[in-house]
This record gives sequence, structure tokens and C-alpha cells, in this order.
Amino acid sequence: MIDVIIIGAGPAGLTAAISCRKWNMDVLVIDEFTKPGGRLLGQLHQEPNGEWWNGILETKKLLEEASSISTDIRNGVSCYDIEQSEDGFTVYTNKGDFAAKKVLIATGAAEVAAPVAGWTLPGVMSIGAAQVMTNVHRVRVGQKGIVIGANVLSAAIARELQIAGVDLHSMMLPSKTKGNQNHSNPEKVIEGLARIAHLAPSVFLRFGSKFAKYKWAQKLALKFYPKSGLKMWGMPIYLRNAVVSINGRNEVESVTICKLKSNGEVIKNSHETINVDFVCIAGGLYPLAELAAVLGCPFKYAEELGGHVPVHNEQMQTPIEGLFVAGNITGIESSKVAMTQGEVAGLSIVKSILKDTETVNNELHRALDNVNNVRKNASIQFHPNIIEGRKSISEVFEKVNA
Amino acid sequence: MNNRIIDHPVLGKIDIGNTFTFKFDGKTYEANAGDTIASALLAQGIRQLRVHERSSTPRGVYCNIGHCMECRVTVNDESNIRACLTEVKPGMIVESGKSKPEPFIDRKNMPKTYMEFEAKLKSEGGGT
Repeated sequence: MIDVIIIGAGPAGLTAAISCRKWNMDVLVIDEFTKPGGRLLGQLHQEPNGEWWNGILETKKLLEEASSISTDIRNGVSCYDIEQSEDGFTVYTNKGDFAAKKVLIATGAAEVAAPVAGWTLPGVMSIGAAQVMTNVHRVRVGQKGIVIGANVLSAAIARELQIAGVDLHSMMLPSKTKGNQNHSNPEKVIEGLARIAHLAPSVFLRFGSKFAKYKWAQKLALKFYPKSGLKMWGMPIYLRNAVVSINGRNEVESVTICKLKSNGEVIKNSHETINVDFVCIAGGLYPLAELAAVLGCPFKYAEELGGHVPVHNEQMQTPIEGLFVAGNITGIESSKVAMTQGEVAGLSIVKSILKDTETVNNELHRALDNVNNVRKNASIQFHPNIIEGRKSISEVFEKVNA
Repeated sequence: MNNRIIDHPVLGKIDIGNTFTFKFDGKTYEANAGDTIASALLAQGIRQLRVHERSSTPRGVYCNIGHCMECRVTVNDESNIRACLTEVKPGMIVESGKSKPEPFIDRKNMPKTYMEFEAKLKSEGGGT
């Protein structure tokens, strides 16, 4: 029986594996993708200090450390079920079943599917799909595209496409449907964009980063939002236009757009067609938590964290004995935070297996402090109230465990 | 068409010396070591990986993380393989997803509500 199975070889899973291996735990890391690294692999952005955050290099560092202490990482392994057993868990995968004393679910996040008429055409993909194609597989997803949905993730990835020389017409909102109230409402969108404004070297948005924290300033900005869009890294972001449909016979040939009032209502007879050959849909991220659900772990909805989150405490324990979580499954944050959470989860697992825990305890305290420090200084923040959201989850954990 | 990003201003150059071939719908395509089926085909301008089983409308990669199942293809006679999560191997035989024949169902006269369903059952002499 393995000490711990870690599901997900992303920043959280790999860091947790390293922490466990340092204490000589018997560890197996599994991941569905062909390479380890998870979503860290695709990341590429310039920090406010000018340094590049290169996900491929960061992954390489983690893998080098993991392999220096002989960590078993297997790719192309899909886990489809987990059951509790007498002395731990059985993990079911396409490559056979594994028994383990402890399980860490570090499955990260997935993108919210945000349907637009015509979205099944080849050439329409999620923004994250375009990121991996561009930075990991090094394939141009098309000649000229448009991004539907303006949020922290899509702005960051649009920039990555630009750096790779992929031409983007603009970033635009989806037209309003029952299911996308927030993504189609210009007021909500500008609130979101204000949080990454400090990373954009454009005058308006930099000005916006200090200013746009205030609701009244956001409203004012929207009222005077130029019809020609505002440019972020030279790419127009249109908050007063929306994509109505994606058109084409066998693949994407164009999109139909319309103009919007500041409350998101469509202006009649304002439709026009723009020729593009690819479309990226950005509906935002949500914690990917099905595996915790099949184990019967309780959940709590926290808008600040991106959706339904398995209940857990600061030490990354869930109410299910022996089940731990780390990374974006616990709430949408940057990969740097995910790594610090991975260390906490790894040390918590070590603590739960070893008898003499004084040294582990000391390390765990240091790791917990590190999470808070990194969170405070994160240059990409997905939600302004992350700390409140996390507190609400910890409170539920205390109640469930009381 | 070659959509490969060989030179990248920050990530640098990629090694394009390590290529091999595989087949998609009978035609030969090139792949780089480490490519998935989806990325190798996209690099050569192939976006359509299947048609919808019933409507025959074209489909390609959507999520690229194995969740939407839109890129399912047949690999070496095994069906429903996700092109986005499967590393392409030398000599691999990949077939696109095809439309399927419509089963013999009289869709026009199908009951639209539960009441219609019960009435139909009664008229056919079944039910409780």
C-alpha cells in the first residue's frame, strides 16, 4: 500500500509530492495529461518588476527537484473514481487500481463553458485550449481571432497569444443570455479587469489599477468608455460590443457583433460581421472537484473562490479522514499560491502518518505563513475577496468537525 | 499549411529535428515528438476531428484538457479516444469520428408530455 496518491501533477500536486518525499513517504503522482506541470506549463507573463514568469521553466525546476528525490510521477493516467477502504482508499484509473493510506486531490480548475451561437464549429476553443496549443505545443491556433469574454484569465492569455505572434482582432463580451449575466455585463467585467490593470503597461489601465478599485470610478469609466475600445498591450478591449454568433460552414469564418448600452442591453440594428478564423471563449475558471464529490466530501459554494469548493481547513484536510485537497480545487488563485498550498498539504499528510511530529509541526507552521505571504503579494488576483471566501470555508470545516 | 511556432521571443526556439509520421483518415501527417494527436493535426491546418454522430455537423478541439470530449477519434481501432490527451506515436492510425445511422424511432409521434406518454401506453394496451 502506497502512503499517498496525489491526483494532479500541477503546481500544487508536484510541490506536495516533493514535501512528502523529503520525509521519505511512499508517493505516487498521477495526471491525465501527456506531460507533468498542469496549467503551470502554459503560463507566461511579465511581473510588475519586469521579470518573466515562465511556466515551462517553473515546471522544470519542480520536476528536477522531484526527480532528485525519486518521485514516482505517471502521466496519461485518468482517475475516474475513489472509494474509502478499511485502511485508506482505492483509487480507480484507466491504468489499474491503486491502494493508498492517504489521497491528495490537486485537480486544479476547469473553464466554465460559455455557449455562444455557433460555438461547436472547429476553430472555436476555450481560451485555455489556445494557451496550451500556443505555449506548450507551439502551434498557432489560427491566423486572426477574437476573444469572447474579458476577465483576468483571458486578458493574460490574450497577451500570451500576442507575444507568440498570433493576431487578435480584439477582446469582446458575449451577448447576454440567461446563463452569463456577469460575463455579459460591462459593469461586472470592468470590476474584474481592474484587478490585473497593474500588469498592463497602458496608461489608462495603469491609472485604472489604483482608481478602478472604487465602484463609482468603474461606473464612470464605463460611461465614458470609448466606442473604439480601450487598448491593453495594443489590443482593443470592447466592453460596449458583444459577439452574437460565430459563423462558418465547416469551420470558423466570421463572427457577428452588435453594440451595447452601458447596462449590457443590445442596441437595435447595430450588427456587423468581422472576419476571423478562430474564436476563444473565456468563461472564467471553476474548481475541478468531482473526485472529492464522489468520495462524499461536503461542499460549500463561495463566489470569491470560483464556485463549489470541497470543505477543508487551513491545513488542507477535508472532513473525510485521510483526504486532502490543495491548489485551485480549493479556490481560484495563482499558481504561486497553489505551490505554497501544496507544501502545506504535503506536510499535513506527513504529520498524519508519522508518530513523532514536532519537527513536522514547525515546518507546517512556516509553510502556513508562507501561503498567507504569497497570497498577499500575488500579482495576479482572481477575486478581491479571496481571504473572506477562504474564511467562510474554514468556518464550515469547524462546524462539520465539531 | 504549417502553423508551428518555431521561434518564440520569450520561450525560445523549439527542436524540430525529431519528427515522424502518422495517419489521419488515410492521409500521412507529420508530428513533433511530444505532440498530441490534436496539436499535430492543428499544426498542419486540420481542425475538424469528427462530425456529430447524429447531425453530421463538424467538430474540433474545444477544451483541450479532456473534459468536453469533442475531440474524440478512433486510434488504432479503439474508439472514443481524446485527441487532446493522447500523445501521437510513429505509425499511429487515427480515424475521424463519423455520423451514425439513425435508429428506427418515429420521432414525429413521440409523446411530448407525461400525460401523452400515459395515453399512448393505454392505447397500446400496456401500462399499469
